[in-house]
Amino acid sequence: MTSVAMEVRDLYYTYPDGTEALRGVSFRVKAGEAVALVGGNGAGKSTLLLHLVGLLFAQRGEVHIGDTCLTRENAAQARRAVGMVFQDPDDQLFMPTVAEDVAFGPLNAGVSPEQAVEHVASALARVGMSHVRNRPPYRLSAGEKRAVALATVLAMSPKILLLDEPSSNLDPRGRRRLIELLRSFEHTRIIATHDLELVVEICARVFVLDGGRIVATGPVGEILNDEELMRAHALERPHILRHRHPH
Amino acid sequence: MVRTGSVEILKALAVDWISIGRMDEWARRDSPVHRLDARAKAIVTLGFIVAVMSFPRHDISALVPFILYPVILTSAGGLPARELFKKILVAAPFALAVGLFNPLLDRRPVALVGPLTITGGWLSFASVLFRFVLTVWAALALVACTGMYRLVAGLERLGLPRVFATQLLFLYRYLFVVADEGVRMKRGVDLRAGVKKALTLRVYGSLMGHLLLRSLDRAERVHRAMLSRGFDGEIRVIRSKPFCAKDWLFVGGGLAFFIIARAWNLASAVGRLMTGSVS
Repeated sequence: MTSVAMEVRDLYYTYPDGTEALRGVSFRVKAGEAVALVGGNGAGKSTLLLHLVGLLFAQRGEVHIGDTCLTRENAAQARRAVGMVFQDPDDQLFMPTVAEDVAFGPLNAGVSPEQAVEHVASALARVGMSHVRNRPPYRLSAGEKRAVALATVLAMSPKILLLDEPSSNLDPRGRRRLIELLRSFEHTRIIATHDLELVVEICARVFVLDGGRIVATGPVGEILNDEELMRAHALERPHILRHRHPH
Repeated sequence: MVRTGSVEILKALAVDWISIGRMDEWARRDSPVHRLDARAKAIVTLGFIVAVMSFPRHDISALVPFILYPVILTSAGGLPARELFKKILVAAPFALAVGLFNPLLDRRPVALVGPLTITGGWLSFASVLFRFVLTVWAALALVACTGMYRLVAGLERLGLPRVFATQLLFLYRYLFVVADEGVRMKRGVDLRAGVKKALTLRVYGSLMGHLLLRSLDRAERVHRAMLSRGFDGEIRVIRSKPFCAKDWLFVGGGLAFFIIARAWNLASAVGRLMTGSVS
């Protein structure tokens, strides 16, 4: 039996302006699993991710990372197990050079400068970005920025990776590289996205989120192939499945 | 015209920021000046600015020896002098505006050069411009041979409160991002304005308000991204080498020279020496 990497129980969250973003979300993700969180705009995907990394806190319900129940008090500690790649890499890359940006997390975690240099080298090598280590992040292409943003998170050796719209703004080649990269990871991956073709290539399971609730969950092939379900929740059955012949 | 002004300024800042980005490239080069500790360069440059600004307003000749400092930074640092001067010119209108009324207000004749009578006003005007060139040149050369990031880190170690240091760095990092957003919004307004003047006061107010809200949103997202990587109020960097002998030498030599040049008019001393030896 595999261990549970993350579990959410009956999560509720209402924004101060009265928007009910989450209305009773529950799910469980096994260690090493890649799952997709799909849903239209405003379905609650981003709000949910912020709860999973301990930046927002449950108003009702619980978030468990491994064996720990996430609270305001233990959030800083619990966050170490979770790495989040944000939608806009410009929000995530703020240091003057790529290497310093990747070192930011490890240094905050109390790693010695010498070790931090090693973490930086291995994280950049992992995403194939060693050659840009001394460049300023704002000068990189969108694809490079995304890869570096991923490296900043990998350098902290998280067990769980959260990705918010990882393929947005990427050209097809950049998107392809990202997909290959994400497939190669052994981490538990939770990917919030509209890019259902990417989901088909990376994930085994999918949660459909709508109106702050999980309305469907199951294997990717089954859920995303359900034309009616997809249309009912602002989604579309991906082409890649239409043309795939059943084996 | 006036209303579109600040968007134009934003744009100019954005463009200028890109060239500040180029200053960061210069800062990544290597030279004896680059290798000096950022704190040493900051202290000496501050001393330089204080010394230059402390002269009486009609002095020019006594200021001349001070040109040595920016010249040394520029040449020893291998900085492109022409590009630096372009940047000085960008800020020149401010100095012109400051000194502009001096010739009108102060018409006392102070010197005769051939048939020309030089008034005190013109002299102080020239002095203002000269000081402006000296100080801006030194400050730009300092940034160009140190890099904004190392400079701010150095200032922080000299006692600049951490909050200000962090603010400076983020201003530096995101100025362009925000200015770029402003430029894009302005473009959106222009495209839908047709032949009418696009930016009425109403539109302008709304545009600036949106820019502020967007910046706040971005600030929140950046903060979240930082928190998720363990940010606790302190930005840690992989520290560079400690303050060493050549840094002390640079600070001592630089400050001593400024004190001597401030106390005695070296230019006229050299002049007397020359004419003395001739006659």
